[in-house]
Amino acid sequence: MAKNSADILEEYSDKEYEYGFVTDIEMDIAPKGLNEDIIRFISAKKGEPQWLLEWRLKGYEAFLKQPDPHWQNFEFPQIDFQDISYYAAPRTKAKYKDMNEVDPELIATFEKLGIPLSEQKILAGVAVDAVFDSVSVATTFQETLKEHGIIFSSVSKAVQEHPELIQKYLGSVVPYSDNKFAALNSAVFSDGSFVYIPKGVRCPMELSTYFRINSGNTGQFERTLIIADEGSYVSYLEGCTAPKRDENQMHAAVVELVALENAEIKYSTVQNWYPGDKDGKGGIYNFVTKRGVCRGANAKISWTQVETGSAITWKYPSVILRGDHSSGEFYSVAVTKNKQIADTGTKMFHIGKGTKSRIISKGISAGEGQNSYRGLVNVGSKAENARNFTQCDSLLIGDRCGAHTFPYIESKNRTATIEHEATTSKIGEDQIFYLNQRGIDTEKAVALIVNGYAKEVLNQLPMEFAVEAQKLLSITLEGSVG
Amino acid sequence: MLSIKNLQAKVEDKQILKGINLQVNAGEVHAIMGPNGSGKSSLASVLTGRENYEVTDGEVIFDGKNLLELSPEDRAREGVFLAFQYPIEIPGVSNINFLRTALNEIRAYHNEPPMEAKEFLRLTREKQKLVEFDAKLTNRSLNEGFSGGEKKRNEIFQLAMLNPKLSILDETDSGLDIDALRIVSNGVNKLRSDKNAFIVITHYQRLLEYIVPDFVHVLYDGRIVKSGTKELALELEEKGYDWIKEPATTASVG
Repeated sequence: MAKNSADILEEYSDKEYEYGFVTDIEMDIAPKGLNEDIIRFISAKKGEPQWLLEWRLKGYEAFLKQPDPHWQNFEFPQIDFQDISYYAAPRTKAKYKDMNEVDPELIATFEKLGIPLSEQKILAGVAVDAVFDSVSVATTFQETLKEHGIIFSSVSKAVQEHPELIQKYLGSVVPYSDNKFAALNSAVFSDGSFVYIPKGVRCPMELSTYFRINSGNTGQFERTLIIADEGSYVSYLEGCTAPKRDENQMHAAVVELVALENAEIKYSTVQNWYPGDKDGKGGIYNFVTKRGVCRGANAKISWTQVETGSAITWKYPSVILRGDHSSGEFYSVAVTKNKQIADTGTKMFHIGKGTKSRIISKGISAGEGQNSYRGLVNVGSKAENARNFTQCDSLLIGDRCGAHTFPYIESKNRTATIEHEATTSKIGEDQIFYLNQRGIDTEKAVALIVNGYAKEVLNQLPMEFAVEAQKLLSITLEGSVG
Repeated sequence: MLSIKNLQAKVEDKQILKGINLQVNAGEVHAIMGPNGSGKSSLASVLTGRENYEVTDGEVIFDGKNLLELSPEDRAREGVFLAFQYPIEIPGVSNINFLRTALNEIRAYHNEPPMEAKEFLRLTREKQKLVEFDAKLTNRSLNEGFSGGEKKRNEIFQLAMLNPKLSILDETDSGLDIDALRIVSNGVNKLRSDKNAFIVITHYQRLLEYIVPDFVHVLYDGRIVKSGTKELALELEEKGYDWIKEPATTASVG
């Protein structure tokens, strides 16, 4: 007879995390511990202006005052903030003038991850910024972008070259006091990507950042800031991987998006941080604050995320719909297997008139994975004729996993229309057998079913990443049928 | 092509098949009839390798291979096709993508390269026409929101696309109106050749007016209790199954 599903499950739950290697490279690592001196050290290392150091210190103060969050649907892990190193950078020159100066080991690392940094090798139309531990190592396609007046650089560089933009927008969407992890990020953020699209410019290529945690015992605290000026458009994608390590590592990023009148920002994430082993040992704590604001009329912000990695994923990419007739979208596929936990969703704040939001969330739980959707739709008193549509689906694979849904709806305006749909389904033996009977083996059958289930979200990704995400989903779930 | 000897099988602890013997040669159509619960659909499930059926005795040789040792997908790849009584819905997976995956998996098993897109498209058009399958349904999600009749017709379309050696139609006529029944039957008749064979499982003689069988077998209580030609089906239609049940009961006592 056929290998039964249980055997296949055994076989593949041991499947290696593909990106779990460590790059052997000389690093500058700050001593472990969190205090004002470390913050001053980071700020000095980056040659920052005084105002930014002060802003960091305020963030640190806010961090100390904030209690640990307690409302999440999982046990909050004890984190020893003094046992983490808050700065790690490849030990070469402080800044890379061009690609030739980048350590070949680093280039090799990104090649291994499938991210070619040399421009001639890059497939048409994707500009890449690569962040290795705490430092941005390379940003490609600078010249082409410059022609359009687009700024795409590391945050550190932008602090030096465009201080007025940084000072105006940094913390304008996610203030340093927003929550414990955003406060921590404000205090110690090391780098990240900065994007500015000038008025009326449609960014001619996808912008993309790859984040890589390499060193042990370090946290990664990057900060991304994207500003789309009036009538502009940008599509941005981030990808993340990390080596396999037995201890948990912390990733507490902040992403701020600002869309002015008639501007559109599309932000896509393919998150594949190390999820820990099958017993739940190790893995990344992915505690991220992502928020966008539609400042002007008819602005649009769209979040798409494919979350397959991390031991715990905890994030709610949100949109503040301030401009009249602005719109916010959230498309999410979150996969948990083994002992992974995901508590994710979105918040849509309808402030302006005629604002619209759309939420499509697809949770997939396998093994002992726990998946929670948590969402807030808030309609303010002035948001005449606001509309929201939420669809929240859960797919269960096996009988030891869990799916949870926590939708919150608050409306202060009678003219608002809010719709919520939710379904829970299981991959059935019948479905598998049907596909088997047509010559498709169980691995491929599961991949086909899951990709079909997640299609509505995957369709939102830029094409080449959609293919990558599809593969990632298939690999992640291989053999999880029990 | 197919040789079933003393096939016995159980589900959990219930013996469902109690010694089936059946020989099917290329070019033949065999009808299997019988009252509810006689084991007709179970036979289809055992032949195609459904998980919860346990074979307790007997053998099934298909084209010289021991079918029972193969996984469900390998049986399909060897050329055994089941037209399901209740076709399954798979949301988000387009019919066409599913068929292409299936076809190429089968080709890979036979060390053939994947079919080129152009050729696949040509084949799809040809078979759609052959079995009168609505082209609009081809691009929709697999069986999702299809009517009962559309699902059954999709099974026949898949059959046409995958071109199996042995097709088992499990109550394909149930839930079909007379027009759909005619279309489905026409499709099957066009696909009949001297290289393939069909096992048609049905309750009613009605289907056999359209798909004329070479042999008719009556299954009762896990055994084939009577075999004959198409006239047997007419006799069953007239007399019902009661006259068949008597000897079987006696036999199982003895």
